[in-house]
Amino acid sequence: MSRYELRFSGAGGQGLITAGIIMAKAASIYEGKQAVQSQSYGPEARGGASKSEVIISDGPIDYPKATSVDALLAMTQEACDKYTHDLKSGGILLVDSDLVTNLPKGNFKIVSFPIINTAKNDVGREIVANIVALGAMVALTGQVSRENAEKAVLSSVPEAFIELNRKAFSIGYEKAMAANA
Amino acid sequence: MSKKVAFLQGNEAAAHGALYAGCNFFAGYPITPSTEVSEVLSAELPKIGGKFMQMEDEIAAMAAILGASLTGAKVLTSTSGPGLSLKQELIGYGCIAEIPCVVYNVMRGGPSTGMPTGPSQSDVMCAKWGTHGDHPAICLVPASVQETYEEIIRAFNLSEKYRTPVMVMPDEIVAHMRERVVFPEQGEIGVVPRKSPTVPPEQYKPYDTSFGDVPPLAAFGSGYKFHVTGLNKAADGFPTTKASLVQAEEERQVRKVDANVDDIVTFEEYMLDDAEVVVVAYGSTSRSARYAVNVAREQGIKAGMFRIKTFWPFPDKQIKALAGKVKGFVIPEMNLGMCSLEIERCAQGKAPVLGIFRVDGEPINPDQILDKIKEVK
Amino acid sequence: MAFDYDKYLRPGKLPHIWCPGCGHGIVMKGLIRAMDTLNLKKEETAVVSGIGCASRLPGYIDCCTLHTAHGRAAAFATGVKMAKPEMNVILVGGDGDGTAIGGNHFIHACRRNINMTYIIMNNYIYGMTGGQFSPCTPTGAKASTTPYGNPDPGFDIAKLAIGAGATFVARGTAFHANQIDKLIAEAIQHKGFSVVEILDDCPTTYGRRNKYKSVIEMMNRLKEVAVPVKAAEKMTAEQLQGKVLTGVLYKDETKPEYTAEYAKVIERATAAK
Repeated sequence: MSRYELRFSGAGGQGLITAGIIMAKAASIYEGKQAVQSQSYGPEARGGASKSEVIISDGPIDYPKATSVDALLAMTQEACDKYTHDLKSGGILLVDSDLVTNLPKGNFKIVSFPIINTAKNDVGREIVANIVALGAMVALTGQVSRENAEKAVLSSVPEAFIELNRKAFSIGYEKAMAANA
Repeated sequence: MSKKVAFLQGNEAAAHGALYAGCNFFAGYPITPSTEVSEVLSAELPKIGGKFMQMEDEIAAMAAILGASLTGAKVLTSTSGPGLSLKQELIGYGCIAEIPCVVYNVMRGGPSTGMPTGPSQSDVMCAKWGTHGDHPAICLVPASVQETYEEIIRAFNLSEKYRTPVMVMPDEIVAHMRERVVFPEQGEIGVVPRKSPTVPPEQYKPYDTSFGDVPPLAAFGSGYKFHVTGLNKAADGFPTTKASLVQAEEERQVRKVDANVDDIVTFEEYMLDDAEVVVVAYGSTSRSARYAVNVAREQGIKAGMFRIKTFWPFPDKQIKALAGKVKGFVIPEMNLGMCSLEIERCAQGKAPVLGIFRVDGEPINPDQILDKIKEVK
Repeated sequence: MAFDYDKYLRPGKLPHIWCPGCGHGIVMKGLIRAMDTLNLKKEETAVVSGIGCASRLPGYIDCCTLHTAHGRAAAFATGVKMAKPEMNVILVGGDGDGTAIGGNHFIHACRRNINMTYIIMNNYIYGMTGGQFSPCTPTGAKASTTPYGNPDPGFDIAKLAIGAGATFVARGTAFHANQIDKLIAEAIQHKGFSVVEILDDCPTTYGRRNKYKSVIEMMNRLKEVAVPVKAAEKMTAEQLQGKVLTGVLYKDETKPEYTAEYAKVIERATAAK
């Protein structure tokens, strides 16, 4: 089965649900695959643990939640501790190296770079850290093409922020490629 | 030309489906996890000259849609558990006064405030037994975003066709997950108009059964004057306590739905031809069930799924037929055994009914269902 | 020439359910005269009520009539008015229906200032259920559920309406029958949410428990306590003790009306499309 599972996790307000939605949209609308995005969240609009799951497949997707995660993004230590348990053997874990210092052990590949600081310093705005992370996840998972993912990003953000997000996506993509090399 | 597609949440799809069905009046009250319906319709309805109202409470929202429906509007409200409880008296009003309307209820954990952001399927009994008195009930339980879009349209159609409130009840997973929706072209899915009176105003009676079990409903402000009440009423709409009339009217209201179950009840049969174990599932749980059935088949177990799409009226006939053929039923549901009771009733002891009941805010996963399938001997 | 009430009454629906001496019939006649004065078209007028004795009124009026659930008249009526703003929408009901179980809908209809008229027949009691105390029952009064006297303070419906944002508030009494139609007509003509409180009587469940020897005595009380707002201006606080102001108590023609405001929402939405 071609089922591929991604989980974007971190704190509420980091834009991870949006990142998941864009990933799923890239697969489902632009890549011609099928995708389901779901999320769980607490009562907090900001803070608290937040996760967004995306299932991508060539065929119909029945169970919409993750069963065994292929790729996990953890943007906080709390999320990393909480959501690594069902990461698949041989899977990928992407973390923000400034925020996740206690790395889990397991038979998976860990890729880390300072995601939020990249957004702040290289892109110029911390608010696009989620798009930096998305670019990195697109590069690491190979589930959607770079072009289709970029289309999904640009169709999901307000016009005034298109350039900022394009830049964030590109830098994230490149950084992950470099970190993974 | 290729069809329009979008990547939407179940709730957003519900709002767009309502617009396709001709909804032009919405009243609601903010409640998690159904607010996206309000948010979409607050933006979209005024664009087509429709009305969006955020009322002072859940009861008022239900009242407002009933009032608006009487003017001929096609109306929707959306809510979740506690809101559904509050709306119940007026859902009964809609039943007895026979006012078409659609109630979209996202099932979250309960009772009371329960788990507002967690999924559940524990409102299905409330859909039938929530309001007091005998009354017809129609309740649809979609399992995907696309189906939510389409079932809302069907709900509007059924409410107009049978002149009664219709509920659409996705669980929170379906309501909040996102999937691709392919929008139907205009006219691709039929939209049922309200049956209007053919008699002149002076001869009009709002409950005139000489036109059948579903009498035409005139609109306020269209030249027809008539009376609507929540009391038991005669054909002319005025209250009556005459025993024979009350009995006949109550029976007719229930018969509207009961005599038409084949038109209303929908379901999906998945790998049932040779199935020895049948998982009966609905909503998001049916997605786990399909996954489990597929795995079971790979392992050589003859499992199948009966997916309930219309929860009320319940697919009695189909379950009864299956009960005589299978070794057992497995019922996964996010409540402590509601659908299971109905299956037991229909199975009449001919096949064992094994439930998987989960109310911890987590979905029932395929492994749980697979394990239970294996328990059926 | 005698006024022809039959013009607005449904044939065959009388006699009404109200007790001898009840003022609701007087209010209904006032409403009919007001409708006639304004020449309201019956097909374009909705009369909406909740539950209770007063809420049976719509059944007798030959319009589009909606007898809803207890307390919900204002919410149903809001749906009618919003869906068909060109209709005249008149709400009728009692004090318990309107200010207790329906209190929330009442204040929010006031707040929105939606163009409807609400006639509240205040007889200080739940009559239909047998005389239980309402939010308008005077403190100390006897009701079937206040055998030791009512401990609750009551609402002043007019002040409540004004405070909540209604833009036309008037008060009359069942005794001053000839003023009722004028107050109601002015209320209906007002563009906004208008409230007309009619002080009424319930000889059956209130009067007999509170030492009123007759209907006439109850009516005389209404006559005695009522002071027209104009007359009150010349009276001292002492003289106004125990009195109730009648007439048009409040009128604001500047506050935007809700259906008109929503029409602007539609304009903005269609312009943005």
